[in-house]
Amino acid sequence: MSTLLALEGVRAGYGQTRALHGVSMSVGEGDIVALLGANGAGKTTTLRAVTGGVRWEGSIHFAGRSLSRMSTESVVRLGIAHVPEGRGIITQLTVDENLRLGAYLRRDRQGVRADYERVFDYFPILRERRELSAGALSGGEQQMLALARALLMRPRLLLLDEPSLGLAPLVVRSLFEIIRTINEKEGVAVLLVEQNARIALELSSHAYVLEVGRVAVEGPSAQLKEEESVRRSYLGY
Amino acid sequence: MQDFLQQVVSGIATGGIFASLALALVLIYNAMGLVNFAQGEMAMLATFTALSLIQRGVDYWIALPVTLVLAFVGGVVIQRVVIRPVERAPVLTLVIVTLGLATLINGLAGFLFGYVPRSFPSPFSVQTVSILGAFASYQDLGVIVVSAIVLVLMYVLLQRTPIGLAMRAAAHQPEASRLLGIRVSWMLALGWGLASAVGAVSGIMAAPALLLEPNMMQTVIIYAFAAAVLGGIESPLGAVLGGLIVGVTVNLAGAYVPGVGGDLQLAVAFAIIIAVLVLKPNGLMGRGSVRRA
Ligand SMILES: Nc1ncnc2c1ncn2[C@@H]1O[C@H](COP(=O)(O)OP(=O)(O)O)[C@@H](O)[C@H]1O
Ligand SMILES: [Mg+2]
Repeated sequence: MSTLLALEGVRAGYGQTRALHGVSMSVGEGDIVALLGANGAGKTTTLRAVTGGVRWEGSIHFAGRSLSRMSTESVVRLGIAHVPEGRGIITQLTVDENLRLGAYLRRDRQGVRADYERVFDYFPILRERRELSAGALSGGEQQMLALARALLMRPRLLLLDEPSLGLAPLVVRSLFEIIRTINEKEGVAVLLVEQNARIALELSSHAYVLEVGRVAVEGPSAQLKEEESVRRSYLGY
Repeated sequence: MQDFLQQVVSGIATGGIFASLALALVLIYNAMGLVNFAQGEMAMLATFTALSLIQRGVDYWIALPVTLVLAFVGGVVIQRVVIRPVERAPVLTLVIVTLGLATLINGLAGFLFGYVPRSFPSPFSVQTVSILGAFASYQDLGVIVVSAIVLVLMYVLLQRTPIGLAMRAAAHQPEASRLLGIRVSWMLALGWGLASAVGAVSGIMAAPALLLEPNMMQTVIIYAFAAAVLGGIESPLGAVLGGLIVGVTVNLAGAYVPGVGGDLQLAVAFAIIIAVLVLKPNGLMGRGSVRRA
């Protein structure tokens, strides 16, 4: 399968402090790749580098194109939907307004209308809550809204930053089922950042484990799951 | 009673002028958590532009939209050239920049046009018309209608169009908006352009009564600040409401409270505003905690 996203020797930081010390990884077309690691390992920073939210050096290519020096808005327009840490819901707007912002860049009205229906099939609760303020949603509903909005962008690659954070286990289950369905049905590649390694390894085909800004381990998810030593030293379960 | 109603209509007209300028302030406050102290001077410069056009023989109703377009462009240019380089600076720096801008525009207008007050034409006659038993001047009614049209247009643009939605999103959460492909920096520029245009309406509507000179807007902007704060500083609707309340109050106080006129009117307006803020610290339509976007 051809490579959709490729990072090579990516270094990034905030002011004087370095957060990434040369990260290399790739996501194939239609893949689900997990990015794991302890708190502060640099997972969020890696996603931020891809969408230009932090200064970086090295090389990042998306669909063969260098993302060097590109603004966030321009990267997103290439077909990357990034659901950031904290979900990026605009709580001052309604659920419907948030969804419409997902389709902000699109000009195909027909397609958008069809996608609305599809998204409401995935998340029926959002149809009911359409007119509500997004700030009034529960955490799980907000995560659904963030995913729904990302889908309306019709991305080729979905970057998800800890979608399970703060959600009840049952809600996490159903959310991950939907992520799997989206990946299978729509062919959207997913780069999934998670602290919940167990569930992320089940969903993904390949995984990277970050440790203080470096890739410590990588491999097929099934394999990492089986390796006692990896589990104990990096994944904590 | 008739006199009272006439004072109210007059107050609504004045309120429309305050409301437009207050809305301009709120637009920029929402976009960047900044009170634009140059808003009144920008409106004054736009009004001189309108006068120059009219004196060159351009019809009033052509000069008005042309001036608004020029004011819009001027607002965008100011954001790009003056504000953007200091966008990430502390709020106090930005405040000083807008104060400097105000002084600069004031001086520029004085240099170009002088300080002698000039009469500004109004397309509306000062004669009165009887409506439902009350008398109102065409001048007041005209100001009310023009202000109302501008405010409704702004409402439709912000609440009912994709670009307005993007502007609101960018103002509330710039980082999340960027991830949706919204060009946040240009939304800011657009906000400055719109604020500049709305403010210009305020100046052009105020000029026939106040006479045009470089300091014309200095009292108006204080009333507009008051209106914006009264409305809750973040709320466009609140700004309009605040503008109307301040306008009507000032007019009624001037007419009925003995000895209130001129400078004391300002004091009365503030007494009422302070009273409201003591009871409702976030203003009439404010949302609670103060936040820097
Ligand atoms: N906005 C920021 N400013 C300064 N340092 C930051 C910022 N965000 C993250 N960091 C630092 O960068 C490192 C990596 O953080 P992050 O990428 O958020 O890790 P993770 O997402 O894996 O928890 C940490 O040491 C963290 O303290
Ligand atoms: Mg993180």
